[in-house]
Amino acid sequence: MLRIHCPWCGTRDESEFRYRGDAGRVRPAHEAGLASFSAHVYERANPRGWHLEWWLHVAGCRQLLKVLRHTQSHEIRWVGRAEEPAPLPEDCAP
Amino acid sequence: MSAAPGRVVAGLLTAGGRAVTFRFDGRIFQGLEGDTLASALLASGERLIGRSFKYHRPRGIITAGPEEPCALVDVMTASGREPNQLATTLLLHEGLEAVSQNRWPSLAFDIRAALDRLSRFLPAGFYYKTFMSPGWAWERLYEPLIRRAAGLGVLAPVVGAHAEAAETLHEHTDVLIVGAGAAGLAAAAVLGASGLRVLLAEQDAALGGGTLLDARWQAWRERRRAGLVRVPGVRCLERTTVLGAYGHGVFAALEVLGAAERAAFGGLRERLHVIRAQRVLLATGAIERLIAFPGNDVPGVMLAGAALAYLRRYGVAVGRRPVFFINNDEAYEALFALAAAGITAAGVADVRPASHAAQRARELGVDVLCGARVTAVRGRGALRAVQVVTGEGGQREFAADCLLISGGFTPAAALATQLGSPLAWQESIAAFVPELAGAVGRVAGAARGVFGLAAAAREGALAGQAIAAELRGREVAAAAAAAAEAEDAGLPADAMATPMSPLWEVSGRGRAFVDLQNDVTSADVRLAHREGYEHVEHMKRFTTHTMATDQGRIGGLLGSAVLAEARGVPLSEVGQVKARPYVQPVPFAALAGGEVREHYKPKRRVALHDWHERAGATFVPTGLWLRPLVYARASSWEAVLGEARSVRRAVGITDVSTLGKIDVRGKDAARFLDFVYANTFSSLPIGRARYGIMLREDGMVFDDGTTSRLGPEHFLVTTTTANSTAVLEHLEFQLQANCRELDVLLTDVCDQWAQFAVAGPRARAVLSAVVGGRELSNAAFPFMAAGEATIAGVAGRLFRISFSGELAYELAVPASEAERIWLAVLEAGTPCGISPYGLDALNTLRIEKGHVTGAELNGNTSAADLGFARMLKPQGDFVGRVLSQRPALEAADRLQLVGVRPAVRTRRLRNGMQLVAPEAPTASLGYITSSTPSVELEGWVGLALLAGGRARIGTRLTGTSPLHDERLEVEIVSPHMLDPENTRVRA
Amino acid sequence: MGGGGHGLATAYYLATEYGIRDVAVVERGPIGLGNVGRNTTIIRSNYFLPDNIRFYEFSLKLWEGLERRLNFNAMVSQRGTLNLFHTEAQRDLMTRRANQMRLLGVDAEAVSRDEVRSLVPLVDLDNGRYPVLGGFLQPRGGTVRHDAVAWGYARGASEAGVDIIEHCEVTGLRREGARITGVETTRGPIAAEIVCLAVAGHSSVLAAMAGLTLPIESHVLQAFVTEGIKPVLDVVLTYGAGHFYVSQSDKGGLVFGGAIDGYNTYGQRGTLPMAEEVAASAVTLLPGVARLKILRQWGGVMDMTMDGSPIISRTPLAGLIFNGGWCYGGFKAIPAGGMTTAHLIARGEAHPVATHLDLARFAAGRTCDERGIGPYPYLH
Repeated sequence: MLRIHCPWCGTRDESEFRYRGDAGRVRPAHEAGLASFSAHVYERANPRGWHLEWWLHVAGCRQLLKVLRHTQSHEIRWVGRAEEPAPLPEDCAP
Repeated sequence: MSAAPGRVVAGLLTAGGRAVTFRFDGRIFQGLEGDTLASALLASGERLIGRSFKYHRPRGIITAGPEEPCALVDVMTASGREPNQLATTLLLHEGLEAVSQNRWPSLAFDIRAALDRLSRFLPAGFYYKTFMSPGWAWERLYEPLIRRAAGLGVLAPVVGAHAEAAETLHEHTDVLIVGAGAAGLAAAAVLGASGLRVLLAEQDAALGGGTLLDARWQAWRERRRAGLVRVPGVRCLERTTVLGAYGHGVFAALEVLGAAERAAFGGLRERLHVIRAQRVLLATGAIERLIAFPGNDVPGVMLAGAALAYLRRYGVAVGRRPVFFINNDEAYEALFALAAAGITAAGVADVRPASHAAQRARELGVDVLCGARVTAVRGRGALRAVQVVTGEGGQREFAADCLLISGGFTPAAALATQLGSPLAWQESIAAFVPELAGAVGRVAGAARGVFGLAAAAREGALAGQAIAAELRGREVAAAAAAAAEAEDAGLPADAMATPMSPLWEVSGRGRAFVDLQNDVTSADVRLAHREGYEHVEHMKRFTTHTMATDQGRIGGLLGSAVLAEARGVPLSEVGQVKARPYVQPVPFAALAGGEVREHYKPKRRVALHDWHERAGATFVPTGLWLRPLVYARASSWEAVLGEARSVRRAVGITDVSTLGKIDVRGKDAARFLDFVYANTFSSLPIGRARYGIMLREDGMVFDDGTTSRLGPEHFLVTTTTANSTAVLEHLEFQLQANCRELDVLLTDVCDQWAQFAVAGPRARAVLSAVVGGRELSNAAFPFMAAGEATIAGVAGRLFRISFSGELAYELAVPASEAERIWLAVLEAGTPCGISPYGLDALNTLRIEKGHVTGAELNGNTSAADLGFARMLKPQGDFVGRVLSQRPALEAADRLQLVGVRPAVRTRRLRNGMQLVAPEAPTASLGYITSSTPSVELEGWVGLALLAGGRARIGTRLTGTSPLHDERLEVEIVSPHMLDPENTRVRA
Repeated sequence: MGGGGHGLATAYYLATEYGIRDVAVVERGPIGLGNVGRNTTIIRSNYFLPDNIRFYEFSLKLWEGLERRLNFNAMVSQRGTLNLFHTEAQRDLMTRRANQMRLLGVDAEAVSRDEVRSLVPLVDLDNGRYPVLGGFLQPRGGTVRHDAVAWGYARGASEAGVDIIEHCEVTGLRREGARITGVETTRGPIAAEIVCLAVAGHSSVLAAMAGLTLPIESHVLQAFVTEGIKPVLDVVLTYGAGHFYVSQSDKGGLVFGGAIDGYNTYGQRGTLPMAEEVAASAVTLLPGVARLKILRQWGGVMDMTMDGSPIISRTPLAGLIFNGGWCYGGFKAIPAGGMTTAHLIARGEAHPVATHLDLARFAAGRTCDERGIGPYPYLH
C-alpha cells in the first residue's frame, strides 16, 4: 500500500488519493493539431522505473500533487505541488 | 471419555488449567485449558488425525505450530462447518467439535485409500497426458470424478447464518517487531527504552518463542515481559500473525482473539491490524525441516522440535519409545527433555560421524548410531518400528512408537522475501538467509540463520540499537542498549554445537514425501525433471509441491534439493519457490472486516430520505445513493405511469438532490467553463441557465447538465448523479494541471443543497404560492432563467429548467430546510393534485421527450452522435475539441440517437433489443437504450443508438431480442417524440 | 520475443498452420511464468462489441479443439460463466450484450434470481446492499488449467521445429533504417525477417528499445486462491456490484480475481487494499465463504490499453509485429491471439477476426471501448 506524503496534509494512505496518470505529459495547444493531440491522449512512456505522476488528494486538501514514484519498487522519491518542477532523476523517462 | 496417558509432566501453558471436554469424530475427549486440539489428542494417545489429499494415506500430527501440513480438521460452529483448521494451533475450548477430513465413511476405514495402491499409475501431473479419450470424457466423466475427490475439508455454512464480525484496526508505530522470541524481546527492550513506539507481534499464544522451550530462560523471559509492560510506547500483540508486507512500511497482521477477550467483544473472533511502521524487525525464527525417507508420513513420525514443544508447553510426551533421526545438535534438546521426564529414547540415527550432543546422549545411556540414516518404517496407521542403516552399512531395527526427525532449520523468510529481500545461500546451515535494506528494517536471530537463544538475544539487542540509532540518534540508542544489557547480565550460555550436516533424502523402497499435504514425493519431483520441468517454479506447478495450506514450510526446500540433485546442480542454484502473502491462511471474514453486507459500501441518503421512506417509496441503489424509484411497495408500470401522468396533466415533485452541484467562482470562472465545456458559458447572462456538455479529451461525451450564472464571477454547475464525483475530480484536475493561471475556486456543494423539480402544467400555480420575491411569469422568469429566490421564507435558488419536458422549476434550498420546504410545496400543490414522483417516472418522462441519460451517454457517443454537433463552439480551445474532429467520429455509419416506436402500437419494446434490417437479420445496426410505455403517445416509446440513425428516421427496422425470443417491427423516429417544439416547457 | 501464452501459441500456429518453421521463441526466464502462469484461467466470449465477440468466439472455438490438436490435456472445462447484475441499468447492458452475442451465433442465456440461487447456492441474493436481480450465463465459458496451456503449446511448437530459447533476454533490436532485422540477446544476436513482440505486461519496455511509444500503461491485476475444499461452486461467477470473479479449481481451491489497483506498476505482487476489497465483496455476496481461508495472493502485470481492447498489429517499423495490450483478457485469447498473430506474420495482413485490433485505431478514432471509459487505463 502506498503512503504518499502530501505537502499540505502529511503522509496518508493511497486510499485518500485518486490517481490521474502520467504527469510528464503536457497538453498541447489546440492549434498543435491532431497528431500532437492523439499522441498526448493515447501514448504513454509507461516506464519501468521512475514515473512522474498526478495524484489528487480527494479525501484531504483536494490539491493535485506531483509524485515521483518507481513503478517497480513503488518507492516514492519526491512529492510536490502541481506547479512545482520535479527533480527528475537521470533515468526518468521524459 | 478417554484418559490422558500422554500427559507426563506439568506443561508451561496447561499447568493449572481446568479440564475441557471436546469431541473429535464424535468421540468425547478431555484436555486442559491451554491445550491445542493437537496436544489434547496426543495426550489422549490419538495418532491418526486425517487422510492425505491425493492417496488418502493415514496422517498424524507432525509439527506443533502453524507450519503443520497434516493435522487439519473441520470444526463445527454455530454458523456451519469450517474446513481445514490446524489442530496444532486450534486452542481447545469447552464443547469444541472437530471432524477429520477427506475420508469416507470413517477415518479408520477410508474407501478411497485404495487410491494409494494405484499410486504408481497416478504420479504428479498424470492428468496432463491422460483422461483425454474419448473426446467428451474429460468434462463428463473424468473431471467430475476428480472434482469430487478434490479438496480436503468441507465448507458447509448454515444458510442464513452469518459468520461473526471481524474488525479492522489501523496502527501507526515506529517499529514493528515480528516475533517475540529471544531476539524480538531483546530488541523490544532496547527500542522501548529509546522512547520509540513499538508494536511486537507474536503468532503464539504466549510471548517467548524458543525461550518457552528452555527452562533456563524462564527468568529472562519473565523479566523482559514485565519490563515491556511498563514501557508506555510498547504494545505486545499475542496470537497475532503478520500476514503480509505491502511496502511503504505497511503490514497486515491477523490477531485471533482469546476466549476471554472474544466474550468481552461480543463474539468477535479476529482483528485485522493494518500496521504502518517506519522500520520492521523480523525476528521470525526458523522452521525445522523434514527429511524425505520412505514412510516419512506414517502417523508417529514427527519433527523433533515438535516433540519438545508438546512436552514443555503442554506436558505431553508424544510417545514412550521414541527413536530420533536427526542431523543437528539442536534436535537433541527433545531427547534430553524427554529423558528428564523419564522417557528414554530407544535409539538415535544421527547422520553425522560424531557430535557434541550425541556424546551427551550416549552419557544418558541412549543407543546413538552416528553416520546412520533411517531407511524404512514399519506400521501403517501407526508407527511400530524403525529400520536404520548404520555408517558401516549394518542394519538395525528399533521398536518404536514415534520417530522424531530433524533435517535442520530454515529461516522463516517469507516476509523478508515479500519486502524484496534477496536470499543468500548459507552453507553452514544449508538454507537460504534473508537480509533487509536498512531503510526497511533488520532481520535478527534464527530468521537470519543465527541459532542459539543467547546469540539471538544479542542479535536482537544490536538490531534494536541500530534501528534506534537511525530513528532517535546514536546517543539515545547507546544509552538504551546499555540499560538493557545491564539488566541482561548473565544470559544462559548457548550449548556448544557441532555443525549440522545437510541430509535431504534417503532413497529406498517406498514413497518419500516432500509435501505431505499435497502428497508430493521425491519421485514426483524427479518425474517433473524428466518431463522437462526443470525450473523450481515449473516443478512446483507440475507437481503442486508447496501449493498446500502450509506453503511447504517444512518440506519446501526438500523439493528444491531433490530437483537440484536430479539436475546435477547445487541447491543454491535451484533456489526455492517464492513465498507470497499470506504467511498464514486468512479467513475472508478477517480481511473483509466490518465493511460487509449492508455496510459493504456507505449509503448516501438524501436529506429527505426519511420522508420518502414514510411516503412508502421503493428505493434503488444508484452508486452509493439510495434514490426513491417509485412511491409504491414495488415498481409496476401502473404506479410509475400514474406518477408520470400527474406530471404531464397536473403537477409533480421529485427529489433531484443527488445531482452533482459544483460552485464555481472567481474572476476567470467563465473562461474556465468555456474550457471544460464544449459549448460557451462566457456569453451566458447573469440569471440564466444553459444546458452544457462536457467532452473527454478523446472527444466523447463525458457528462451533461445545466449550469447557471448566479453572478459575474459565480456559476453553479450541475452534473449527472452517476458522474458527480468524476466531474468534480475532472474539473479540479483540469484547473490545477491545465489552467493554473486561472483564478477559479471550485467547491463541491452537493450535500449543502437539497434540490427538487416541480414539473407539470400547474407548476407555476403551485410555486407562486411558495416562492417569494419573484414573479414567475414567462416575462419575468422565462425558460432557462435562474436566480436567488425566497422559498417558503428561506433563501434559496430557483431555476426554470426541465428534464421532463413540462413547464418546470427546480428549487434549491439548504439541506437542513429540505423537509419543511418540500412539505410546503406539497401543501401548496394539494389543490392542483400534486404528486411526488420517483426515478422511474422521471425516466418515462425524459424518454418521451428524448432527453439522454447514462444509457445514451455511454462513453462511446460523441456530441454529433447525440445530435449536439451544433453546440460545439467553433472557436477556441476546450477539452476534447481536437479529437472530436477526427473523421472517424463523423462517419455516417456511427451509432446515432433516434427514437423508436413499435409499428404495431400494442407491442412492447425492451432495453437491449437489437435493431436489424429484415434482409440481414443477424447484422446488428444498433440497439434500444431506453424504453417505456408512454403517457401521452400510444404504446411504447424508446430511444436507440442506430448506425446512421438520423438518415433512417421514417424507415422501419426489426427489433429483436433473441434472448427472449422476441421480434417486432419498429418505426425509427426523431428522439424528440413529445412536444418537439418545446411549447410545454415554455408554457 | 516472449515465451508466454501468446508467444508460444503464435510460434505453434506459424509452424503448424502456416508452414513457417524457422521460428525462435526467446524468453528472458523460463517459459510460461509470466501472466499465463499467474492468472485466473477464465475462458469466455461474452463481450459487447461485435468485433470483440467475433474475436473471442474464434478463440473459444479454438479452445474447444485445443487438447486434441495438442494431444495434451489442458483441462478445458466449459462449466459456464455467470455474470450477476444488481441494477436495471446492468440488466439492460447485459441484455444488449447477450442479444448481440446471440445474433452472432454465440451462446448466452438470461438467468432468473431463482436460477442464480440453484446454480450457486452460496449466493445471498438479498445481501443487504446490492441485491442480485438476475444473471447472464454463457454455458460454453469456463476454465482451463493455465500452466498446461503454455506447456502444451511449447511442446507442440517444439515438435513442429520451433526453437524455444529460455533464459535469453532481449537487450536490443537490430535495425536498418525503419526496418527491424533481428534482436540482440544476452546469448548473442538473432537475425530475423520478422520480429514479433509478445511480452504483454512489459510491452512498453521492449517497444522502447525500438523507439516506439505505445498506447499502453502497465497495471497489476490481482488474484487470490483459497484452501482446497470439497466442491461448492460449479460455474465461473462474476459479481456485478464490486470487483471480483471466482471459480473453483479441480484441486478444490476457490480462485478469485480482483480489479486493477489503478496506478502504473510493474510490481508483480498483490496489494492490501485490493485484498480487503475483494474479501468484502466476497463475504457480502457469498456469506458462506466468510470462514474460508485465503492461501495466497499474487499479481500479474497487464498491458492496459487506451480502450480496453488488445492490439495485434503491424507497427511503424517494418518487420516488427506487435501482439499485446491484452488488458485482463489475455489468457482467454491465447489461441486466437496466437492464430491471428501468426496470420499477420505469415500473410502480411490482419486475420479477418482481428482487423479491428490495429494500432492505428487510436489516432483514427476507431477505438473498441467495451465499457466506454476512454483513454484512462487506470479506470478500466
